[in-house]
Amino acid sequence: MAAVQEVVTEAPAIDAVPKRAMTLSAGTTLIMLALLLLVPLFVKNFIIFQLTMLLVYGLAVLALNILTGGSGQFSLGQSAFYAVGAYTSAILIENAGMNYALTLPVAGFVCFLFGFLFGLPALRLSGVYLALATFALATAMPQILKLGYFEAWTGGVQGLVVTKPDTPDIVQTVLAWFHLKMSQDMWFYYFALAVTIAIYILSVNLLRSRSGRAFMAIRDNEIAASAMGVDVALYKTLAFGVSAAITGIAGGLGAIAVQFVAPDGYTITLAISLFLGMVVGGVGWLPGSIVGSAFIIFVPNIAEGISKGLSGAVFGVILFIVIFLVPHGARQVAMVAQHLLGRLKKR
Amino acid sequence: MTVLLSRIATASVAVVALLAGSTSGALAQKKYDTGATDTEIKIGNIMPYSGPASAYGIIGKTEAAYFKMINDAGGINGRKINFISYDDGYSPPKTVEQARKLVESDEVLFIFNSLGTPPNTAIQKYMNAKKVPQLFVATGATKWNDPKDFPWTMGWQPSYQSETRIYAKYILKEKPNAKIGVLYQNDDYGKDYLKGLKDGLGSKAASMIVAEESYETTEPTIDNHLVRLKAAGADVFIDITTPKFAAQAIKKAAELEWKPLHFLNNVSANVGAVLKPAGFENSQGIISAAYVKDVTDPQWANDPGMKEFLAFLAKDFPEANKLDGSVIVGYGFAQTMVQVLKQCGDDLTRANIMKQAANLKDFRTEVLLPGIKINTSPTNFAPITQLQLEEFKGERWVRFGDVISAQVSG
Repeated sequence: MAAVQEVVTEAPAIDAVPKRAMTLSAGTTLIMLALLLLVPLFVKNFIIFQLTMLLVYGLAVLALNILTGGSGQFSLGQSAFYAVGAYTSAILIENAGMNYALTLPVAGFVCFLFGFLFGLPALRLSGVYLALATFALATAMPQILKLGYFEAWTGGVQGLVVTKPDTPDIVQTVLAWFHLKMSQDMWFYYFALAVTIAIYILSVNLLRSRSGRAFMAIRDNEIAASAMGVDVALYKTLAFGVSAAITGIAGGLGAIAVQFVAPDGYTITLAISLFLGMVVGGVGWLPGSIVGSAFIIFVPNIAEGISKGLSGAVFGVILFIVIFLVPHGARQVAMVAQHLLGRLKKR
Repeated sequence: MTVLLSRIATASVAVVALLAGSTSGALAQKKYDTGATDTEIKIGNIMPYSGPASAYGIIGKTEAAYFKMINDAGGINGRKINFISYDDGYSPPKTVEQARKLVESDEVLFIFNSLGTPPNTAIQKYMNAKKVPQLFVATGATKWNDPKDFPWTMGWQPSYQSETRIYAKYILKEKPNAKIGVLYQNDDYGKDYLKGLKDGLGSKAASMIVAEESYETTEPTIDNHLVRLKAAGADVFIDITTPKFAAQAIKKAAELEWKPLHFLNNVSANVGAVLKPAGFENSQGIISAAYVKDVTDPQWANDPGMKEFLAFLAKDFPEANKLDGSVIVGYGFAQTMVQVLKQCGDDLTRANIMKQAANLKDFRTEVLLPGIKINTSPTNFAPITQLQLEEFKGERWVRFGDVISAQVSG
């Protein structure tokens, strides 16, 4: 057994990402931010909704990125955390009449506990074994949500319809001075954007902090890390907890944006999509999360546009091409672009 | 800010123009909402072409082929149907995205025949808030017949609950001391059927049902459930399973030499896809209820409605597998839709679409069983409420008794 695990851990699937390369330069960040702030003003509500989903899935991919890119642990069970977050928010809004914004920290906290507790047994597993254990969690979750015991809260197989939040009166009043109006979709987009930016900043800081260095030390070499005095068990479970908490908040946001939760929305397909988003965005590169999220939202639509009957196959081909040409995903593209820009500047 | 202001200005100009357009249109007796013009009617549709329910995607393909045939013959009142069908993979969040794309980006007149209970529940509130018709949804849940709360949503097929109510009625009459064993799929469809059965049995439900077994679609086989139902001593078997599992259940019951009175839900009452693979010798005496003719049933060989359907398949949709029960259902859906659009004439507003959909009087698509008619009214949003019991004898279904109406309001 030990020998097998040795083989698995010996060749880490994730290349070590230097800390500096985990974020974008200040200029690029500002451009991205400006785009995210301004684009919704010029597009239809439907596109705003898609952009909101882009942020939501972006957050979920970011969470997985912290876990895999940061601490080197695999998870195919993110859909389970996402579902728990979504249901927590939905139940609190619909059954307890709580304000939607307040449900998000609760969803985050519940998922943190859930992730932390799941992280405890998961500690004994590594590599593909851990991936399998989390996979089991993802397959079990939709059925657990259907269970009769919880039906009074979860709505069972029928799911729960969530009321969409109105633009707050105060915002409406201020906008009214300028004879402007803000749709529910636009308001919720900016709300989600604020949450996303806050979490992004926190995540970057987390990875730059002592804990972040501990995560990365564990990722690069567990034995060396523990020799340096890193509490491997604690930080591995902590990484699971943090990742689950962020995924849970993303789930809560997603539930409000979609206005509906049902077990069928949180199947293993979602977990695999998030995993895919992480790989396409570049493992360990946080800004790539949004690229990965765009990939999992828009590429299936493009594939469907090319061929309805073979949309799955077309998607597969596109994915294959991407992985074949740029195995490190968006990070690699960004690095090449940066390199080219640098050469241009020199001339 | 100036950009926003100018956008709003443009929008108000557009509204004025629209209003002006609609008044002048009224003079010419032509009225349009977004998605309809002199030459085109845009219809949106959402189907699970991928994912766990992808077998039903054939319904959308059948409809596309049927509308193409209608277009080739000149369209409806001179207008061509532009049928835009998207894939949601049976995932409710994706359904919401596709519905919004259809309504806000493609600007369809209405959404027709979106499939599945969870996907349709996800968009029902949105469609009603937008006042865009969500017509003839492809699910048998009971809740679609609720014109008071959801005046823009309408079902089509008989509700699951009404079907098991009919079985319950039959059992109470013919076998009042039955010991009932139920096998159902653990999702909305299975639970809806189960509820209908329990409601139909009423106070006797608790004593009559001796065993309830549920299975997940991910299970490779349901053998163990049948063993348990037999062990519980059930002499009536209510079989609420989808085709693959239904065939397994029939075969396994025969292997176990368990011979209960077997009720097979309509979803799987298909000769070609279920009973033939399960073996005709194992299928004798099975009771079901139907509303659509079964293509594989030889008694319809010379039926004009069936001939028309087969001619459509041969000419316009040759790639379809006619043994697939979903094809004929898709054909029925599309025919009903065309009837509503014909009734609308030149008034293609969303309000009139709903008005005409709620004004179907004794309409028949000839793929329905003889005697079954589609009727709707402003207070009745359940187009098909009738079923007829049938028993499997030899190699075909033999219908017996009258056409039964079992309406359950949402």
